Amino acid sequence: MLSSFFESESVTKALEILKTEIPLAVWETFYVTVLSTLFAIILGLPLGVLLVAGENGKILKIPKSLLHILNVIINLLRSVPFLILMIMVFPLTRLIMGTVVGTAASIVPLVIAAFPFVARLVEGSLREINPNIIETAQSMGANPFQIIVKVMLPESVPSLISNATIAITTILGYSAMSGIIGGGGLGKIAINYGYYRYQYLVMAFAVIFLVLLVQLFQSIGTFLAAKADKRLKANK
Amino acid sequence: MIEIKNLSKTFPSKSGGVEALKNVSLTIPDGEIYGIIGMSGAGKSTLVRCINMLERPTEGSVVIDGRDIGVLSESELRKERQSITMIFQGFNLLMQRNCLKNVCFPLELAGVKKAEAEKRAAELLEIVGLKDKMKSYPAQLSGGQQQRVAIARALATNPKILLCDEATSALDPQTTHSILSLIRDLHDKLGLTVVIITHQMSVIEEICTRVAILDGGTVAEEGAVGEVFSAPKSDAAKRLVYPEGYEETLNSFDGGMVRIVFGGAAATKTPLIAQMAIDKNIAASILYASTRSICGRVYGNMLLGIPGGRQQLDSALTYLKGIPDIFAEEVKRNA
Repeated sequence: MLSSFFESESVTKALEILKTEIPLAVWETFYVTVLSTLFAIILGLPLGVLLVAGENGKILKIPKSLLHILNVIINLLRSVPFLILMIMVFPLTRLIMGTVVGTAASIVPLVIAAFPFVARLVEGSLREINPNIIETAQSMGANPFQIIVKVMLPESVPSLISNATIAITTILGYSAMSGIIGGGGLGKIAINYGYYRYQYLVMAFAVIFLVLLVQLFQSIGTFLAAKADKRLKANK
Repeated sequence: MIEIKNLSKTFPSKSGGVEALKNVSLTIPDGEIYGIIGMSGAGKSTLVRCINMLERPTEGSVVIDGRDIGVLSESELRKERQSITMIFQGFNLLMQRNCLKNVCFPLELAGVKKAEAEKRAAELLEIVGLKDKMKSYPAQLSGGQQQRVAIARALATNPKILLCDEATSALDPQTTHSILSLIRDLHDKLGLTVVIITHQMSVIEEICTRVAILDGGTVAEEGAVGEVFSAPKSDAAKRLVYPEGYEETLNSFDGGMVRIVFGGAAATKTPLIAQMAIDKNIAASILYASTRSICGRVYGNMLLGIPGGRQQLDSALTYLKGIPDIFAEEVKRNA
């Protein structure tokens, strides 16, 4: 019975797809996720820093109205469901990538959906810093730039790494979703074969690889965060 | 010299503002170890933060060596802060940097080259007795050790003023003692002006030469430590100098009372009470007595009950006041 299962047409097809299409799909998902996370951090990190450093004018003197506008933009972008956002930014995607279809093109909406999320995560990380440490740096004559670069960011590295891990796994999920409307990778495989052609085994394979990718990112993230944290290394 | 002139600080709040400091004026001479003591909420932390402009005063000015630091630009102020450094109750070390790098931090901020900064940091860690902990992280150190690193860090930029904001309040008595000795040594060696903020009498007694007592945002009393402690004038000072239960003692005795304070060993040699009984035939009872060491000098403090009415009391006062090195005053019962 088991042998007949493996010999059935759908299984043979699925195994064929596993060999021919899935390796490329894994790679596509991987690089789209990593690149999108990278760009989202490039945009989101300074934004998060601005939100914390500008608050109350203690570190940076940013007009309250500007902070308010930034907050509104972040909240707006975060409240649009990803699939709808992806369609909404088609014009921008076309402008930047020349097309709205394909693996690379999905990076644009992914970054736009993820950078406000990253900004909030960075904001959370930086708020964990003991305010007395910032006051101490000020008492030693640190300027705002030095406070951000030499105190706030280095002191929150472990938390930033943990949050980057949350960001990358979330973006992985989004990238799979983007398979529905033109994105490439494992999401596309799962939807095209599983949803449109009822080849559930292929869908299962795609999901298994997604799970493995999440596991991989999470393990690396957890390891790095623990390794970076000098507070945990007591009496060693 | 630090001159604090008519300083007021009001924190904005919904109900109109909280006055943390009201018209405070103090002069802290160079090379002094100056204590500022007060209960929680007396405004001491705000006051010390006004000295380096971490808090901007609402009114008044702070003049350091003839320079009004309230009118400096942000960048001039940052430069000035290299010579007015500060240590804190919570040590506030950078937890992700090792000790050496923590001490290097203010030097990095000042733009000192890395090799030079590390050399200086290593010297400073040796001075505070933590030569073997250079590569350790703050989380691996005890509170006292962390405060030593913080002191080394505060000294990195060769300051002329060291501000200590409750620097020993999180430490046990023995560690407090060792940190205070370190501060005194450094004061003697480097000629620092030290300002110590504390709520602990023992800290002032051990290390300070002058003291200001802050109460409700104003200076209740100011003077040499020995003077303030032997003859406190203000209520705030009395609350700090007299231990708990003193008030009750005052009110329980039914007769005249005299407080005497003697400073130094010479006065303690006289068998005072017995002598008074023989000479004046006054049988005083001891209601309260204590000795404490202030800046290495022993001070005795005694409350005597004098029975027998006004005449006896006056004659006892005259007698006691006639003895050298003894301070005597009549104590009036609180209504």
